[in-house]
Amino acid sequence: MTPFSFEWQWNIDYLLFMGLLYLALTIVGCGVGFALLKTVLQLFGFMRERHF
Amino acid sequence: MDSPTHSYGVKRCSPGVFFLWTLPWLGILAWGGLSAVLCLWKGLNQTNMSNVFAFALWIVFDLAVIALGAGAFFTGFLTYIVGKKELKDIINAAVIIGFICYSGAMAMLGIDIGQPLRGWFIFWHANVHSMLVEVSFCITCYLMVLTIEFIPIILENRTLQKVRELRLFGHNLHEIMAVFAATGTFLSFFHQGSLGGMFGVMYARPFAARGGFYIWPWTFFLFVLSAIAAGPLFTILCTKLTEFITRKKLVPDQAVQSLAKISAWLLSLYLVFKFIDTLGWANSLVPKAGLRFMDFYREGPYGFWMVVAELGICGILPAVILMIPKVRQQQGWLIFAGLLTCAGIVLNRFVFIIVTLAIPVMPFDRFWSYLPTWQEWGVGLAVVGYGFLLFSAAYRYLPVFPKEPELNPAAD
Repeated sequence: MTPFSFEWQWNIDYLLFMGLLYLALTIVGCGVGFALLKTVLQLFGFMRERHF
Repeated sequence: MDSPTHSYGVKRCSPGVFFLWTLPWLGILAWGGLSAVLCLWKGLNQTNMSNVFAFALWIVFDLAVIALGAGAFFTGFLTYIVGKKELKDIINAAVIIGFICYSGAMAMLGIDIGQPLRGWFIFWHANVHSMLVEVSFCITCYLMVLTIEFIPIILENRTLQKVRELRLFGHNLHEIMAVFAATGTFLSFFHQGSLGGMFGVMYARPFAARGGFYIWPWTFFLFVLSAIAAGPLFTILCTKLTEFITRKKLVPDQAVQSLAKISAWLLSLYLVFKFIDTLGWANSLVPKAGLRFMDFYREGPYGFWMVVAELGICGILPAVILMIPKVRQQQGWLIFAGLLTCAGIVLNRFVFIIVTLAIPVMPFDRFWSYLPTWQEWGVGLAVVGYGFLLFSAAYRYLPVFPKEPELNPAAD
């Protein structure tokens, strides 16, 4: 459900419930995106590769 | 034998022996597959679920594996957020066990909802006041987090490490694992709690209903506490079982003892709150409903013995064993206490799901009984078969226990 869905209501219940869901998804998405971006930059030599 | 697909410095059995080991688990999976096909093809009439028992064996399995899988998020929280470095030796196993528990639970729910093709309705047409919707959201998101936590472990496979892109991606994911651990903790706290809260708000069923704080009944907090007490112990049990089967030492004692000590304190804290909750409920809410405590244990097979078994034998006894360092350090006692704790948590979920529905609510109601069909057992036990298969494959091909080569120098 998004704010554009017909069931959406602009009240605190919806904002809290769906807001926290989208916040969690954003954090997870950004984390994976960051790892992917860093990998691409390292592959093309724009960032140094750390050796473990 | 050594193989380019196995981790460095470890030895594994031959492919033939491994195949023989997987046969019983594949058999259980086949039984589960047949049951699932029957349920999806012919419908839920293949089960003994009814209007009374809308929650049945599958939900007991679900809630039990979700509680036992809590070792993943809690060990992750202790390792990456609290900074308990010694737990890095067991975190991989905890993540894999958590992944098995949650993915198994999700697969079982896919059969339980009857029409999996409409499974997305719960996300798109969400009822934001429903605890079950919150549980669905959090479990789905947490399974995503667990998958992300599992990926770096898979990419550490000796053959995959040779692919530079995969190696870099695995390392980069691993570097920001604290972010995923924190998100997983947040999601787990709410879905473990809401699974309990769901029973606490059943106001028409005095056996389950509880008072609480703001919108959260006490069962919300009790479910979280019981899960973080039992989850790490389940991880220890799985590790000990692997050590027994492989006849190797896989995790240093320091990591096991650290996790067991934390579980002991949490289990004790849980029991204190559980006793306060039970006493408060029996002396306040039950009389208000026009009933007495013993009225719930008069009929059917679920007598007062269940309270003694859950809180005494599977509660106080393991808590005492785990709280005494000298006893906890003996492997036999640790395993015994772990088994009792996990059995107690499964019994607690069983009581809240099955006994709640079996006890009559109206004066003219009767005590209901329920026995699962072979199809229900098939789907439930398939999770066990799947778990053994996935964990065995992970142990064979991935560095699940990073200290294994060091603890077993003869294997070099």
